[in-house]
Amino acid sequence: MLTNMVGAINNALDLIMKENKNAVLLGEDVGKDGGVFRVTDGLLDKYGPERVLDTPLAESMIIGTALGMSAGGMLPIPEIQFAGFMLLSFSQIANHVARYRARTRSAVELPMIIRTPVSGGVRTLEHHSDSPEALYSHIGGLIVVEPSTPYDAKGLLIKASHMKDPVVFLEPTKLYRLFKQEVPDNAYEVEIGKANVIQKGDDMTIVTWGTMVPVVKNAVQKKGANAEVIDLRTINPLDEQTILDSAKKTGRVIIVHEAPLSFGPGAEIAARIAEKAIFELDAPVMRVASASFPYPFPGYEQYYIPNEQKVMEAIEKIMSE
Amino acid sequence: MQKRVFDGSVDYIQVMDENGNIDAALAPSDINDQKIIELYKLMSFARALDAKALSLQRQGRAVTYAPLVGQEAEQVGSAYAMGKDDYFVPNFRQHAVFMVRGFPLDIGLLYWRGFEEGVLPKGFKSLAVCVPVATQMPHAAGLAYAMKFKKTGAAVVAYVGDGGTSEGDFYEAINFAGVTKVPLVAIIENNQWAISVPRNQQSAAPTLAQKAIAAGIQGVQVDGNDVIGVYKVVKDALEKARTTNTPTVIEVLTYRMSLHTTADDPTKYRPDKEVELWKPRDPIARVRKYLVKKGLWDEKKEQEMADAQLKQIDDAVEKAEKFTPDPRTIFEHVYSFIPQTLQDEYDAAVAANFWQPKQQEQE
Repeated sequence: MLTNMVGAINNALDLIMKENKNAVLLGEDVGKDGGVFRVTDGLLDKYGPERVLDTPLAESMIIGTALGMSAGGMLPIPEIQFAGFMLLSFSQIANHVARYRARTRSAVELPMIIRTPVSGGVRTLEHHSDSPEALYSHIGGLIVVEPSTPYDAKGLLIKASHMKDPVVFLEPTKLYRLFKQEVPDNAYEVEIGKANVIQKGDDMTIVTWGTMVPVVKNAVQKKGANAEVIDLRTINPLDEQTILDSAKKTGRVIIVHEAPLSFGPGAEIAARIAEKAIFELDAPVMRVASASFPYPFPGYEQYYIPNEQKVMEAIEKIMSE
Repeated sequence: MQKRVFDGSVDYIQVMDENGNIDAALAPSDINDQKIIELYKLMSFARALDAKALSLQRQGRAVTYAPLVGQEAEQVGSAYAMGKDDYFVPNFRQHAVFMVRGFPLDIGLLYWRGFEEGVLPKGFKSLAVCVPVATQMPHAAGLAYAMKFKKTGAAVVAYVGDGGTSEGDFYEAINFAGVTKVPLVAIIENNQWAISVPRNQQSAAPTLAQKAIAAGIQGVQVDGNDVIGVYKVVKDALEKARTTNTPTVIEVLTYRMSLHTTADDPTKYRPDKEVELWKPRDPIARVRKYLVKKGLWDEKKEQEMADAQLKQIDDAVEKAEKFTPDPRTIFEHVYSFIPQTLQDEYDAAVAANFWQPKQQEQE
């Protein structure tokens, strides 16, 4: 079927609900409204209110009850309406969801998929545009996934539903309806923990994910750069091997992400390259990211998020080193 | 126009008073003298175990410990009321609940030695000890949702302190339970103190049970030092939860006779005369009065019981102290698999042999 990312995720949720009778969706407005982005549209009619719960408005409770459901043998798929609101459930995620398996020595496993829209570029209100992948990756114990295409979104979500671990599933709002793609009708899995080399190249490696994937692709094309482009798809656990292999081959690495620069996921990737491949580099690792402060109001976001121009400049600069 | 749109009230229940007299009208029909003896022994065991754990901590043989002395009735009574399929969700002071529900003592002691192995044997019907206050309450509500969803016929008992009722998670959880109609019994252990902050500084509400009203569910208050009263109220609430998916909030009125934890000194903030006030209300003494009056208990029986319980506790301590941790295992329970990046950290740790104390450090 030809679909955008919203349709692909909706289809994946439908297939998961069909396959696993203990799977439930819960969150704010996920039922009748189908979610504020319509990702869960039609699923209430299909699976009923016991499996598609319009919950009271309380994010900590949404994640906390999801934990209890999971411990009780269900597969909860909570939706947090926006990444900014997810901080109200940060205590539940960091103190409990991430640690429960370790705390109980695997006596309690917590299969769960926490979905939330992330990143900006869509001119919305404050707290609707954050890119929190580093926050959730830093805790440990959580798998953090962020697709950039409808195909990957569906395959990663189905894969997540087959895992025994909690997965934080970050959906870039900007990419929800940006383009359509041919996606298989049936269920399929995209491997979690495996980056996708979306374009082979020899002169440099560009590591990116989420909203920055189309930005990087356009910049590379406009520059005619011979770049190897890696879409991480899974932030944690990091596919270090694919990054190092490419870095050693090309000798130059640019990391592009929408999250703020300082203490961002790019720092982690750059550090690993420095530890394990520095003598095979021809230039210092470069990072292209949003500025090191909280997301501005929509009137200013175009000056904050990295754009094609910024990536093209980085490509030029790293080749001149 | 003006009209009254809501009226709410909270009942208080006590079955056995401080002198061991039973209110026959309220006494649960399934309670008999044999069961009262059993409850007495369980409460005595809890107190002996608590004293032992405290002394182990004082000797440096256990990490920080949260004593339960004074709260034996509400814990034993509530645990005794649970059915075999029911779950409970603790905070960090429910040692007697674990004990009554059959948690192996030696494993429980491992928790207080500082090892995850002491948290939860697979299949035991509880969730894990939960340290951040009240964050366990949504877990309990979600677990109760699962009990209903999977048609298990079981209910969930959750424990929270008086301070915990000030947390958002407490209200969010009972509110969810009210809306989704799940078999949850939320027990507020009102022991009057949240570390150094007294009950009247937690809330201006005259009872904590009335917080249930805001969630559209029933709240009831019970003498928490009355083991039979607690048993009755919890049993009734569980019955209602299982058969009608109706949640209940139960406030048990009790008193923390000792420390918050071993890291605390209550003489800094709590008047001794308040503690004295609670001594005559002791949960164990009143049952003993009842049993002695009925000729069912004497000094000899007391001594035999105490000796047997102490032996059982000492055996468990001995077993728990034989446990040798394997540091390698801390890497193995982060995920259902070991990611390559974590495997690299594991391999590096093994190669450096970092868990073997270096010779010079030992000296």
